[in-house]
Amino acid sequence: MEALVASAVGVMTAAGIFLILRRRTFPVILGLSLITYAVNVFLFATGRLALDAPAVLNKYKDVPYTDPLPQALVLTAIVISFGMTAVIVMIALSAYLSSKDDHIDMRPNDSVDAAGEDA
Amino acid sequence: MTAQTGVSHLSLFLIAALPFLGAVFPALLIRAGRNAAASAAGLTTFLALMGLLIHIPSVMRGDVVTARFDWIPGLGLNANFMLDGLGFLFALLILGIGLLIILYARFYLSREDPMGQFYTYLLLFQGAMVGIVLSDNILLLLIFWELTSLSSFLLIGYWRHLPEGRQGARMALAVTGSGGLAMIAGMLILGNIVGSYDLSVILQNKDLIQSSPYYMPALILILLGCFTKSAQFPFHFWLPHAMAAPTPVSAYLHSATMVKAGLFLMARMWPVLAGTDAWFYIVATTGLITMLLGAVIALFKDDLKALLAFSTVSHLGLVTMLLGFGTKFAAVAAIFHIINHATFKAALFMTAGIIDHETGTRDIKRLGGLRHLMPITFTIGTIAALSMAGLPPLNGFLSKEMMLEETVHTTWLHAHYLVPGLALLAALFSAAYSFRFVAHVFLGPKREEYPAHPHDPPVGLWLAPAFLVVLVVLIGLYSKAIVGPLVAVVSSAVIGGEKLPYYSLKLWHGFTPALYMSVVATLGGLFLLSQHKRGEQIWNALPRPEAKAIFEAIIDALTRVSRWITDELHNGVISRYAIVLIAFTVGIGYYAYATGTIGVETRVPLQPQIIPFIGWVCLVGATLAIMWFHRNRLLSLVLIGVVGLIVSMAFNYLSAPDLALTQISVEVVTMILLLLSLNFLPTETPWDSSAARRWRDAAISVVAGIGSGALIYALMMRDFAFPTISEFHLANSYKGGGGTNVVNVILVDFRGFDTFGEIIVLGIAALIIFALTEAVLGTNVRGYLLNRKPHWPQSGDSHPLMMVVATRVMMPIALMVGAYIFFRGHNQPGGGFIAGLIVAIAYLMQYMASGYTWAIERQRFYYHGSIGWGVLIAAATGLGAWFNERPFLTSDFGYLHWPPLEEFEWATAILFDTGVFLAVLGAVMLALDSLSRFAWQPGMAQEFPMDINPLRDDPSDQDKEKEQA
Repeated sequence: MEALVASAVGVMTAAGIFLILRRRTFPVILGLSLITYAVNVFLFATGRLALDAPAVLNKYKDVPYTDPLPQALVLTAIVISFGMTAVIVMIALSAYLSSKDDHIDMRPNDSVDAAGEDA
Repeated sequence: MTAQTGVSHLSLFLIAALPFLGAVFPALLIRAGRNAAASAAGLTTFLALMGLLIHIPSVMRGDVVTARFDWIPGLGLNANFMLDGLGFLFALLILGIGLLIILYARFYLSREDPMGQFYTYLLLFQGAMVGIVLSDNILLLLIFWELTSLSSFLLIGYWRHLPEGRQGARMALAVTGSGGLAMIAGMLILGNIVGSYDLSVILQNKDLIQSSPYYMPALILILLGCFTKSAQFPFHFWLPHAMAAPTPVSAYLHSATMVKAGLFLMARMWPVLAGTDAWFYIVATTGLITMLLGAVIALFKDDLKALLAFSTVSHLGLVTMLLGFGTKFAAVAAIFHIINHATFKAALFMTAGIIDHETGTRDIKRLGGLRHLMPITFTIGTIAALSMAGLPPLNGFLSKEMMLEETVHTTWLHAHYLVPGLALLAALFSAAYSFRFVAHVFLGPKREEYPAHPHDPPVGLWLAPAFLVVLVVLIGLYSKAIVGPLVAVVSSAVIGGEKLPYYSLKLWHGFTPALYMSVVATLGGLFLLSQHKRGEQIWNALPRPEAKAIFEAIIDALTRVSRWITDELHNGVISRYAIVLIAFTVGIGYYAYATGTIGVETRVPLQPQIIPFIGWVCLVGATLAIMWFHRNRLLSLVLIGVVGLIVSMAFNYLSAPDLALTQISVEVVTMILLLLSLNFLPTETPWDSSAARRWRDAAISVVAGIGSGALIYALMMRDFAFPTISEFHLANSYKGGGGTNVVNVILVDFRGFDTFGEIIVLGIAALIIFALTEAVLGTNVRGYLLNRKPHWPQSGDSHPLMMVVATRVMMPIALMVGAYIFFRGHNQPGGGFIAGLIVAIAYLMQYMASGYTWAIERQRFYYHGSIGWGVLIAAATGLGAWFNERPFLTSDFGYLHWPPLEEFEWATAILFDTGVFLAVLGAVMLALDSLSRFAWQPGMAQEFPMDINPLRDDPSDQDKEKEQA
């Protein structure tokens, strides 16, 4: 079981990083999503794996519980990562619609900001 | 120290705080007129001055008044104030002359100048200065020090329409600000040597400081701060350029305050820093050079204010030199000269301002003969100038005598005559430019024409300088009676409470060397003045470095270098940043692996069963397929959905039901978001990296993947190295938090503060999305969107009947599920986060099925409001704990039994969770709502809820309709 989880984390990380290194916005967004999964599962797994032991207290008998802390951290991380994805999607979309170009890199000819040229 | 009887007095806080508090009023009261603004500023200063003056008895006894308040004790930053003789003198100068300046400025500034702003800046500056001189903590002092740099920037650049004003302000800020940075470093070193940042402690540790190997760096850095502030050579050049400010500012900054801050600090640190060879050679030499240089340049300046500016530089050099001598007598002379210089120089600046105001020019070459036209100004200006020249019986004479007397006893590298000789030369030039101020402005024949018709100003303008000139005369005549006790108290504070040297403040000391030197200086000054024309020719023929040009060249070079560095590092190639970041992370990961040790495996792995294995195959297969097919964007989106689903199921399988619920609902929302955005983006990703580049990326990804996989595997196979805090959470969840779902209790109770921060972040993210949408739709993008052709042909039935009906029926059920999930959250899997997502999905279904326009017309609340209310409710719940004298966000719970209902529990955590729910709902909806607005088209509003239009994508029909129309 541990080997399955670990290899899944590894594969998702590798694929995520490969996609992040692409040069268009959409693959980068996909890569970030994959890395998000990988990181969330990674954090979750730091609590060690357990089957049939949810951290919901049983009033009637003594049962084992899994580690609740990583779960709480990952829960908020999932929601926050939605916010992050949404912001990046909007930035990518706005950039594409404004310039009709979805490259993530600035090319020499479109250095429009030219910081300080007009200062 | 003689009198370490610490008298604690809270009014010290008030003295320092009053100018800051009062700074609000002029800006507000300017609507009620200029007199109101000026009175508010004046009253504030007057109150602060009174607050200071009530301490006269204790200060004159030699007591040190203190007020202590621990601000950030962990950093050694305490808001400690102390008032001893030295602080008292400077505070008196700052507030007293400040009051006169406020009066003067009321009549000086014209109707066009924004006077409210002026007084606000002035009070801010005043507060910062008072803060410097009253601070008993060097970190606090540094804060005020920087504040003076900033507020003086505002004052010097007050006439922002003048380019000279802006340049002068920038130059002053650059020079004094960078000096301030050096001083911060020096002060930190000093504090480190002593082990305390409190001045009163530092001042007791002379031997410790001077024997420390860090004494030299600390000394040089602190002196850099002092020299830049006090315009000492070679940093003197900013002061004349700051003369572009209105005259009241020049009079204030350059007579009594800003430039004196450096002197103050040298005097303050005198007991612990002075007395070494390094101190003598650095400080005294710098002072001597500055004194001579300033005096020589001043003689050849035609602008009245420039003349005074360089004379200020010269006099600051004089005081610096005296402090640099390191003898007690010199320290007394320095203090006495600070008082005298403040009085006559402020009067002179105001006189120059009056002349400028009334004649329309400050050019000495165009003036002359004004004694007939402006007799009052003539009297004031002449007395002040003669005091500056050092003529008896005025106060300038006394302190100059003391200075000359002291130079006679000073040898510089065994050279007996060097210091007195140069000091005499400086005094000679000083006398010459003072005489020139009188002779070329007031004396001589009346001119045919002046730029304006000169006459004496209204009383408001000459009252302040007249008062100062009266002081000049009185101090000169009755020095011992008027300032004798003050000089004694201040000097004793400067020299660290040791026994005062013998000195006497009187006009006649007999035939001393100083007297002869004075006579030579006066006669030489008169001679120089008579030869001024010839001297000017020589002076103009000499090559001189232009400080402003050099300064600007340096600034330009620095700007170019930093711009080059920025452009090279931050060149906009984001994929390069990414590869650097990832390669670095992999590198340090490898370093940690190579240098660390790893323990033995202590856990038995769980046996994999067939279902998880199938899930693993799907997940890994989908992930690899994404990599392979990522150029087809829609397909990769579907595949990523597969990954998300498997991850949710894995969470459920591995005893994390809360995570599974959250993940699956987030998954739905994310997919809708990505699909919507794909609607506007290209559907294919073209090939644009070379094969080599792809192999490089693949290699680094594989290494990173193996690393992270191996790390988590190693982690999962071992028990915790230290006991975790999870046991505490499990044990206290029910007893302390009143809930059995430990994950939820952690979120809303144990780590409620984190959650509170997170909903705020989420809300901010949604607001960013909203703002971005607003900004983009405000440009020509809207036109493009309205005219764009969709990627795929649109279905004739964009709102299918079945879907519309199904989602509307499901709406109440979905909301009910949301409510159920929400309420059971404290004890069973669920809670505010998940409920918020579920309700958001319930709304989104309506958006999708019935259309954005239809949904938005029926919307009854704003998503911004939902975010805001969510954060506010969560905060209010947290604050509620305060009223029960518990820490922020402490939750409470109890049980109620209302027959015939079962006993049930209430918990304040549910209120907090309501806040979470509202914020999550609002944030998700606002994000998707913003995105939907990109798709908005006019004429989409439907009268009917279902819009079946089979003709939609048939262009021939549309053309026909057009023709008919």
